[in-house]
Amino acid sequence: MSRISKNKYDNFKADRSKFPQMENGKAIIDLDSHKFTKLWQGPQHPGVTGNMAVELTISGDEIVQAKTHVGYLHRGFEKLLERRKYIQCFTIVCRICVPEPDTNEYCYSTAVEELAGIEIPEKAKWIRTLNMEMSRLASFLMWLGGQAGSLGMGAIGQWTVGMRDFWLDLFEEMTGGRIYHMYMIPGGVRKDLPEGFIMRAKHLVVETRKLLFDIEKSFFNNAIIKSRLKCLGIITPEMVDEYGIVGPNARASGKEYDVRMNNPYLKYPELDIKMITSMGGDAFTRAEVRYQEIHQTLDLISQILDKIPEKGEIQAKIPNVVNWKIPTGETYVKAESTRGEHGFYVVSDGTKYPRRVYNRGASYTQAISVLEKLAVNTSISDLAGLMVSLHTCPPEIER
Amino acid sequence: MSLKDIISPFNVWKRAAQKPWTIKDPLNDRPGADNYRGFHKNDFDKCVGCGTCEDICQNAAIDLVPVQTVETDMSDSGLRPKIDYGRCCWCALCVDVCPTGSLTMSNDYTWVTDDPEEYRFIPGADKMKWDDCEKGYKRAENFQLIDFDRIKMNELGVEERSSSFIEMVKGYSKEQAIEEAERCLECGICVARCPAHMDIPEYIKAIREDDIELAVQILYKTNPFSASCGRICTHHCEDVCSLAHNGEPIAIRWLKRYILDQVSPEEISKILKDIIQTNNKKIAIIGAGPGGLSAAYYLRLLGYEIEIFESNEKGGGMLRYGIPEYRLPYDQLDKDIDYIVSLGVKINYNTKISEEAKFNEIYNSHDALFISPGLWNSIPVNITGEELPNVISGIDLLNKVTNKEEIDLGSKVAVIGGGNSAMDAARTAKRLGADVEIYYRRRIEDMPADVEEIEEAQDENVKFFPQTTPLEIKKDGSGLKFIWGNNKMIYEEGKRPKPVLIKGETFETNLDTFIIAIGQNADLSFLPTEIRDNIETKWGKVVVNELGQTSVEKVFSGGDASNSKADAVSAIADGHKAAVGIDRYLNK
Ligand SMILES: Cc1cc2nc3c(=O)[nH]c(=O)nc-3n(C[C@H](O)[C@H](O)[C@H](O)COP(=O)(O)OP(=O)(O)OC[C@H]3O[C@@H](n4cnc5c(N)ncnc54)[C@H](O)[C@@H]3O)c2cc1C
Ligand code: SF4
Ligand code: SF4
Repeated sequence: MSRISKNKYDNFKADRSKFPQMENGKAIIDLDSHKFTKLWQGPQHPGVTGNMAVELTISGDEIVQAKTHVGYLHRGFEKLLERRKYIQCFTIVCRICVPEPDTNEYCYSTAVEELAGIEIPEKAKWIRTLNMEMSRLASFLMWLGGQAGSLGMGAIGQWTVGMRDFWLDLFEEMTGGRIYHMYMIPGGVRKDLPEGFIMRAKHLVVETRKLLFDIEKSFFNNAIIKSRLKCLGIITPEMVDEYGIVGPNARASGKEYDVRMNNPYLKYPELDIKMITSMGGDAFTRAEVRYQEIHQTLDLISQILDKIPEKGEIQAKIPNVVNWKIPTGETYVKAESTRGEHGFYVVSDGTKYPRRVYNRGASYTQAISVLEKLAVNTSISDLAGLMVSLHTCPPEIER
Repeated sequence: MSLKDIISPFNVWKRAAQKPWTIKDPLNDRPGADNYRGFHKNDFDKCVGCGTCEDICQNAAIDLVPVQTVETDMSDSGLRPKIDYGRCCWCALCVDVCPTGSLTMSNDYTWVTDDPEEYRFIPGADKMKWDDCEKGYKRAENFQLIDFDRIKMNELGVEERSSSFIEMVKGYSKEQAIEEAERCLECGICVARCPAHMDIPEYIKAIREDDIELAVQILYKTNPFSASCGRICTHHCEDVCSLAHNGEPIAIRWLKRYILDQVSPEEISKILKDIIQTNNKKIAIIGAGPGGLSAAYYLRLLGYEIEIFESNEKGGGMLRYGIPEYRLPYDQLDKDIDYIVSLGVKINYNTKISEEAKFNEIYNSHDALFISPGLWNSIPVNITGEELPNVISGIDLLNKVTNKEEIDLGSKVAVIGGGNSAMDAARTAKRLGADVEIYYRRRIEDMPADVEEIEEAQDENVKFFPQTTPLEIKKDGSGLKFIWGNNKMIYEEGKRPKPVLIKGETFETNLDTFIIAIGQNADLSFLPTEIRDNIETKWGKVVVNELGQTSVEKVFSGGDASNSKADAVSAIADGHKAAVGIDRYLNK
């Protein structure tokens, strides 16, 4: 992959003459002036990532104001968790994010283990690391298809979703489930890797690389894609901390932050992994960073498959889960998801039920405040592409 | 923008010619992975209807329901899980916690029906297309969400214990007890099995929550002998514990003991706050064993005036005069008895009822009688030489030890029998310094004694001679000479293997003492002829109805003399049952 070009976002100045006047930080939109139209994108719209809505004020086809609306997907998970025994929660946390459930499983299990003072066996750690990278890959593949699709290039989506399905086959073998794996459980993992799994996974790594090669040619070396993604939704380095932007979105604006390296967990310290950053800050740069990270993930999967011990326990000794009381305490566990830092704050009051489980994913800011800012000045046809380029997941917002 | 960027995208066409990844034919199933969490299966032969699956399902997708083909018995609730696929999320938590391993999942995942009711089904009872499907999710062997391993009990070492009567089992500490109590799944199958139907899951829960007062209250509802039963109960509850199917059952007996270990006799009174409102009706009880005393306790709570007649110097029956001190220390038995006595129960010790006149006097001066005389007649082996002086019965030996009488067994002792009494006699003889051998006519695995008793005896270096029959005892100097025959086992389907003497195969041993412990029967000679003629007996035991009443209206009976189980907790349950029976009889 060639070095990512530095974007000249400094030279990009919007023409604000058509824009509504601002008063006390609020735009005065006079709909009666017929200069503006209200348009809703979502909550049911294929271009929206998940069930959320963006209330747009447009002038012509240019967005002059965007307001996000969430709440369509609220399932009250955090509250539900307070009424469930610690073990029962593990079947629910994964549901917080459909495309990438495993980060939730990992964070929740680890939080419970920390509170209970449990150290999981080595092999379980390796399997979890593998699980996390496979889940990253599946999520990135889905994003890649979505990014292309949102710009009208459906073929890529078919390829990546197809390839993701092969990875889901592996998940099915490993965990017994395709989408919600419910596999990382407080204490370890539920099953050892099945026979021949490592071989099959290695083979799939090769296949995926072949596909990526084709995607690079057709998607990244593509005049139309470039023209549409470049200069779209620029996140300046200043914005990163101001908005709390994390993950590839931040790294594409030069921020060197990746939980796997900044706060290593599981087996990451034993893997060869380097931070991928770039300076462009626009949608294309973000796509490129993610693309490199897909390669990185494939590389990590290969490394893990080579290093995973053949034998070993998969679970630490835990008490009878029906009566499992967790000592009083609180903890925050974080991991790097494809969207960035993903964390669980768990408080226990010494009973069988968690007192509070709070989950925060990167989408919270990225799909709300960041989007509201970046959407302004783009055209309505680019909004879907912009949203996907932020790789947000509304289910993660509404726990 | 380069020319390359305009030409390169045409690469997409390259893949257009490739074989599609999708499955063409939707009718041909793509099989799920070997480990796939598909539709549920339940092996009815293994399932005991414990309901752990129902408990753990966070979607309330499981209901335990009665099933026609399954009968409720002592080890099976008779219920089976019914699963609602409108609620299930296929997490397989139910599979992972199923203690018997009966619940699994097939790897089948397609099922079409136009009747939504069908999606609520009973795996194992309703015929399903995936029933014979071998593959699918099962709990991995190296993965467990319930705890199959019991907390080890601290015990005296073999050396120390084989030479003393100090209590062998040391009891759980608070931490150990709570940890053991945490293993409980609260299925309650044990409650049905316990002859006294003690509320086991509830008192275990009280231990978990460190609420000893509540625990004591729960125990006394069904058993006023918990300090004793917590040590020597035959613990059949543990046999049916749902954890026993794939692991070690909860140490229910030790947990019961733990509760009573935490409270002094004074505290028991304070916790129970039993208040007696006398109703001026009088009940006589013959025998101050666990049966008689538990009847006394529950009758006293109902306000009756109780008078017990007991031939021994102290109460407790076989718990004191049979069971050796290293299993049940006397002070623990006293703890149980003293509380009962403290409620105003009168016991006439050293009062054997043997004359008709005395019995009649008692019979006429009381509103009802409860007899629980136990089994005190040793069964003989019926061979030549049995009358020789160094031939004694197991209970004779144990009685003497309790009474602290002088005993000289010599250096070599043989015990004949395979039950717990034989083990107690042998291990007691061992503690008195003798070399001990146990002779039994069947194989070791056929012995009715508890496995742990047999193992402990073996640990203490008691030697076992299975498949032997005594033929003759002769005097030999100051000792005895024995002639034994060897047995072979005849197997018949569905029957206990039968020992048959092998002709001509005999051997001799020299012994100092021979202890017969092949069983006891009831001595009912204290009953006046008139009553004895009217009271129904079967196999030497007094027959009673479901409320403990004999065929002589005013006389109730229980304990070893009536039930076939002949253990302490059954006697206690009988006493409780008869108390209810007497109360009903007198308030008809
Ligand atoms: C060696 C041995 C070991 C045992 N081990 C265990 C064990 O580990 N666990 C277990 O659960 N059970 C055990 N048992 C059985 C248990 O002791 C009895 O099941 C239980 O004691 C029966 O209680 P009961 O009240 O029916 O009779 P008993 O306990 O026998 O009490 C009967 C009482 O009635 C008195 N009595 C009898 N006739 C008269 C009369 N005519 N006048 C006045 N008083 C009379 C007797 O002196 C005695 O005190 C054991 C028994 C023996 C012999
Ligand atoms: S947990 Fe297993 S044994 Fe218990 S009722 Fe459910 S299926 Fe049956
Ligand atoms: S698989 Fe999960 S949701 Fe379904 S019945 Fe079992 S425990 Fe309940």
